[in-house]
Amino acid sequence: MENAIEVKGLLKSYGKLEVLKGVDFSVGRGSIFALLGSNGAGKTTVVRILSTLLKPDGGTATVNGFEVQAEPAKVRGSISLTGQFAAVDEVLTGRENLILVGKLRRVGHPGQVADDLLTRFGLTDAGGRRVGTYSGGMRRRLDIAMSLIGNPPVIFLDEPTTGLDPEARLEVWKEIQELAGGGTTVLLTTQYLEEAEKLADRIAILHQGTIIVSGTLAELRAMLPPAQVEYVERQPTLEEIFLAIIGNGAQR
Amino acid sequence: MTDTTVMLGRSIKHVTRSVDTIITVTITPIAMLLLFRYVFGGAIQAGTDNYTNYLMPGVLLIAIASGVSYTGFRLFSDMQSGIFERFHSMPITRSSVLWGHVLTSLVSNAISAAVIVLVGLGIGFRSSAGPLAWLAVIGILAVFTLALTWVAVIAGLNASTPDGAAAFSYPLVFLPFVSSAFVPTETMPGPVRAFAENQPVTSIVNTIRALLEQQPVGNDIWVALAWCAGVLVVAYGFAMLVYKRKIA
Repeated sequence: MENAIEVKGLLKSYGKLEVLKGVDFSVGRGSIFALLGSNGAGKTTVVRILSTLLKPDGGTATVNGFEVQAEPAKVRGSISLTGQFAAVDEVLTGRENLILVGKLRRVGHPGQVADDLLTRFGLTDAGGRRVGTYSGGMRRRLDIAMSLIGNPPVIFLDEPTTGLDPEARLEVWKEIQELAGGGTTVLLTTQYLEEAEKLADRIAILHQGTIIVSGTLAELRAMLPPAQVEYVERQPTLEEIFLAIIGNGAQR
Repeated sequence: MTDTTVMLGRSIKHVTRSVDTIITVTITPIAMLLLFRYVFGGAIQAGTDNYTNYLMPGVLLIAIASGVSYTGFRLFSDMQSGIFERFHSMPITRSSVLWGHVLTSLVSNAISAAVIVLVGLGIGFRSSAGPLAWLAVIGILAVFTLALTWVAVIAGLNASTPDGAAAFSYPLVFLPFVSSAFVPTETMPGPVRAFAENQPVTSIVNTIRALLEQQPVGNDIWVALAWCAGVLVVAYGFAMLVYKRKIA
């Protein structure tokens, strides 16, 4: 089966700074692919090239069967981008933001689509309020909701949980898993190893301009010496304590 | 076209929901109108028996020049927030992102100009001009707005701070003061007079004034149109160049 995303030998420099020095990877349809790397590794550059916002200096990238440079309009018809900074309109209300995207994507009954998404993302009460008053987690949820309008087959999430509190992070994770469950291909970038471990079918590590490792979590684990069984008293993580105390962790 | 209409609707909400914008583009020019009419007007010898008529064109140009600065600001905010990238990664006509802002500038400046004219009527502004002359006035103001709006687009695309995106308009707001907008240029000393008589605002003001007073417009209308069209073409070309460099 044809891959949803196919990247070969991608090159990009900013002046003398070589950011991408030949990046190769592919993402199967309906899977979650995590691009892992530290700050400045070039994750965002890859996402910007794949979403036709930036031209590569060399190499090819195909999204949903369309080459990004040859058929950018068809690529844009196949994707949604949730950038690193919540791409929402702060002056409009949450509902108006959703309707705006709905109209631009020419979906039927944008008002109905907006109301359904507000319900699904737990934003119904806030739907009539200006987004400028939203918390970081609400903004991110709205941002992702906006990306789902028109059911694009491929979704790019650039650091979707950066800056979110643990609760909001769990909600976003749940949404991402539901998306992939529904057949959408998800490419997400993250600097949180736990996030990649939790969500991704395949993981690739971008380091110094190339993909140094890629594979399933099991494959990556196999690269290290085999695990030794030893008895360790496991202390709860601070996150588990936090979620237990505020009483939300158990309900999920 | 549909995309541009959607973008226009969005951007208009940014105007109507910003108290700051409404004050700057409407209340400030009205205050200036009242100031010149009731404070300075008595002492200014403009050689006319209706100084409100004399003032009107200059006040309208100031309102437009300060109005377009918000276009630069709104465009800059879009680029900062990431919504600019969202729009450009969507299956829409990409230039609608810019045209939405440009049309918003035309619509909001038309509304503020209309409000200013209404207030002017209340304080003694009168014109016997016919529909054709009024149409010509509206046309010149529209081309002037369009030209400055594309200058604002350049500022918005290139700015690195919100203040920078709006700062280009300060000299534009100031130009009418060194022109025939409030006093006859004959009273100015040599070099100032030379500048005043050869900068675009004087020819635009003189043209609008002549049209409203049903006087012959003479050469001024061609000079005015040449300035506006020249700025429009150059600014549009440069703005598109910058825009194409910003997006892949």
